[in-house]
This record gives sequence, structure tokens and C-alpha cells, in this order.
Amino acid sequence: MDRSSEDGDLRRLERMSKTETVIGVLALQGAFDVHAKKLQELGAQVRLVRKPEELVGLGGLVIPGGESTTFLKNLERVGFYDVLNEYVHKHPVFGTCAGCILLANEVTNPPQRSFAVLDVTVERNAYGRQNDSVILNEETSLPGGPLEMVFIRAPRISRHGADVKVLAERDGFPTLVQQGRLLAATFHPELTDDTRVHQHFLEIVAAESAK
Amino acid sequence: MALNGNGNGSHNGNGAGLRLKIGLAEMLKGGVIMDVMDVDQAIIAEQAGAVAVMALERVPAMIRAQGGVARMSHPGMIKAIQKAVSIPVMAKARIGHFVEAQVLETLSVDFIDESEVLTPADELHHIDKHAFKTPFVCGAKDLGEALRRIAEGAAMIRTKGEPGTGDVIHAVKHMRQITSEMKALTVLSDQELYAAAKNLRAPYELVVMVAKTGKLPVPNFSAGGIATPADAALMMQLGAETVFVGSGIFMKEGNIRLEVGLDPAGNFLSPEERAEAESRAKAIVLAATHYNDPAIIAQASEDCLGAMKGLAVGMIEDADMMQNRGW
Repeated sequence: MDRSSEDGDLRRLERMSKTETVIGVLALQGAFDVHAKKLQELGAQVRLVRKPEELVGLGGLVIPGGESTTFLKNLERVGFYDVLNEYVHKHPVFGTCAGCILLANEVTNPPQRSFAVLDVTVERNAYGRQNDSVILNEETSLPGGPLEMVFIRAPRISRHGADVKVLAERDGFPTLVQQGRLLAATFHPELTDDTRVHQHFLEIVAAESAK
Repeated sequence: MALNGNGNGSHNGNGAGLRLKIGLAEMLKGGVIMDVMDVDQAIIAEQAGAVAVMALERVPAMIRAQGGVARMSHPGMIKAIQKAVSIPVMAKARIGHFVEAQVLETLSVDFIDESEVLTPADELHHIDKHAFKTPFVCGAKDLGEALRRIAEGAAMIRTKGEPGTGDVIHAVKHMRQITSEMKALTVLSDQELYAAAKNLRAPYELVVMVAKTGKLPVPNFSAGGIATPADAALMMQLGAETVFVGSGIFMKEGNIRLEVGLDPAGNFLSPEERAEAESRAKAIVLAATHYNDPAIIAQASEDCLGAMKGLAVGMIEDADMMQNRGW
């Protein structure tokens, strides 16, 4: 990492601590603690979210990887689905893997319920089972060169709308997308040493908070 | 030590190694992995919110009751379950039986459990798990055993408990044992860690890692005797990152399976028993998710219809303890 981006990090850290923005990580199941660690490394304050009332006052929310069917059952069971649905339609949200599936307009293989806020179609387990999981280095439009992407039983964004900006791809299919205040990845940036994707989300949160 | 993993643990050219294996274990945290014996049970597990299913022909309570040699499940049964659900499917290989593991890898199961629940195939050696692309989970009663399994390539540890009993006492014992041994390492000086490694019969490099972090270098789950929502929450509060539930969901009095299937006309063979299994599966998932919330655990316990009868661990002879298998 060069000097200038380190300075950028410091400025971002300062801004985050001044505004005391708290980032939520949905902690019903999955890789929530790795996300929390990553965000804390970047200077963000983190709150694990298991109940509807814990969404109040957050600057943004991360929906981690895990099993999307498990997420749905857990959300529906404690009356959390509708509250979270309302939240993701109004605030900055970053979904990885299962989180991306929950945000999608449409889910296939098999079809399942989703918040339908991100204009993409997501195919679950599109690359196969765990033996087909893979780590790839691919180009990204985020500054700083190729991005290491950890794909685990990964979904595939098989269609995306005109308002969806593609920030990275695998074999011509988007793997990292942004639609305004929404960010979604089909891979796991929380499982690498690279902090750029999480930084990008914190910038989205900062920009939204400044509005 | 090959724990950072790049280029390690792949005999078929994938090269991403242990990071991908541990990555899947990370995705399974905060949930329940359920033993299932057929497609109907697998679907109930998925619908209840299980993070994965373990496909096996007999749950530990049946193996315990029926005796005989317990082996890897029939591939046809594993394939049928893989087709029926979208969540990860795990399966068990006998301790040291690397050919059963090769078969399971070929079937593309998502995790292989080298398990003391099955009859061991080797009195000295566990499977060299680095030689596989498929991740492995292994049981452990104490820290030394956990680290020996990790040295062999396990990407997830589960405390053993005593399978098939519905008695949580040894699940608790093993979790407390590992946790306290890890804590003890964190206060040792650098010079003391060599002797600690000798005493634990574990690789020095792994002992140093635990001494630094106070945690295992792979996710630590819990198994063996977890039968109720409160049991699941207990293990989570004691530090388990996910729980395995075996015989607790689909068994009734006399070690008989609850009838959860459909007749040829598509009607439930026993709507009552189906409802009982569904209620248990859902309740345990709810309690594992909200393990720090007694009000939700109370609700889950109330919603839960029946429980397996269970077998007190204190009544089992040492020679019949499954947890003593593994070296």
C-alpha cells in the first residue's frame, strides 16, 4: 500500500470516529464476526444485530455470508423480516454471498423470497458444491489493482439492471456491484487481507450520512 | 505449519487449500447441523433453518442400540439428499479410512466428518486430510487432540461429547476442557510453550498460535448429546460456534425413528410425528441463534414437542464410549 492511500485511510478513520457512525452486522448466522473484525480494523464502530430494535441508529448494515435459507427462517420466526425489509429499502447495505442473495430482485436455483431492492437476478450455488469453491485474482474498478476474491459455494449474478454498476467480474458475470447506497458481492472480501471493499462501503455510508 | 494454506491441501490442482476449507466453516457458524437419515428428514432440517445436514444411515442412538460395524453411508442415499436440499451436505468416514473419504470427495460432499461415531478403521492413524480438497471436521475431547487433528488438516473441530445419548454432560466437559487449556496457554512464557507442546502431544507451532490468540486456528463447534433447545444454547454460551444435533430430532422412545415420510398418495404417514420432528428442529435452530436470550429460548422450549428419552452417560461402560475412539 502506498503512502497516499495510507493518508486516505487516516482521514477516513478520523471522519468515522468524529461522526461516531455505527455499522451493524446482521448476526443471525454465518461469517458475521469476520466482517465485524474487518470493519473494526478500518476504525468503524460495530454492532452485532440479532433483533429488530438493534437496527435503530445504524449508519449502515452488513448482511454476511452464510446460508440464505437459514437467514430467511430466522428472520421470519422472530418477526424481523418486515423490519429488515424496510431497513434495506432506505439505508446503506452491503451484502456478501447469502447477503447478496437476500437483496436481489430475483433468486433462482431454487427460487426463494428476497427483499427485491437490488436490481439483479442471483442464481444460488451456481458454480457447484464446496469442491468447486475457488480463490481468484480478478480486475476491479476499485483503485489499487486486481482484487483477491474468495468464492465459497458461490452464487452468480446472472442478470443486472441498468442502474447497477459492475465493479468486478468473473467470466463476464458481475461479482461486485453497486446500486446507489447498496453494495453486493458474490465472493467473501471478509476472508482476505484486502480492505478495499469494506472501505468502499464505509465511504458509501459516510456519503449517505453527509446527505 | 501449513495453516495459511495457499497451495496446500489439494491433490487435484485447485491450490486454494485450507483458506477455502476454513472459509466454508466460517459460513456455517451460528447455526445447527442436523443428522438426517433420508430425504424427508433432510427437507425438514432445511425448512427448519439448519445450516447443513449430515447424511448418515443410522443416527448414533441407533448405532449404539443396534451394534455391528458402522460404516460410511450408501452413496445413493447421499446423492438423493444432495439433490433434495440446497444447503451443504456432510457425510462421515471412519477414522483412518481414507478410501471412504476418497469416495465422499468424489461424491462432492461439502464436508467430511472423520467420525468416532463410525467404527474406526485404523488403530493408530487418522486420515491425512491435507491430501483432500474437501474440508474435514474431526472430534476432540481436549486441546491436544484438537491440535493433532488440525495438524493433519482438519478445517473444523467439534468437541466430541458422547454421541447418541441425549445427555449433554460430556459435550460440556469437553468444551470446558478445551477452553480452559487454551486459556492456560495464553499466560505461559515463550520458554514454557515447548514443554506445553510436549505435554499436549501437539505440534509446537500450533501451540504457539493458540497461546497468542486464546482460540483454535479453525472454527470450534460442539456435538455429542445435544438434545434440547436449552442444550444447544448452553453449548453456544460455553463457546461453541455452531452445534451438531444428531439423534435429538428424529428419534422417539425405543430408538425408533419418528415417521416423517409421505405415502404414495402424498399424505403424511403420521402428521403427529412429522409435526413433532419439525417442532424440535425449528426450536433448536431458534435457540442456537438466540443463545443469549432466555426469553426466546423459553419460547423455543415451549414450542418443542417431546424429546428423545436419552441414556445417561454415567450408565455407559468405558469400553462402549464412542468418544474414546480417535488417537
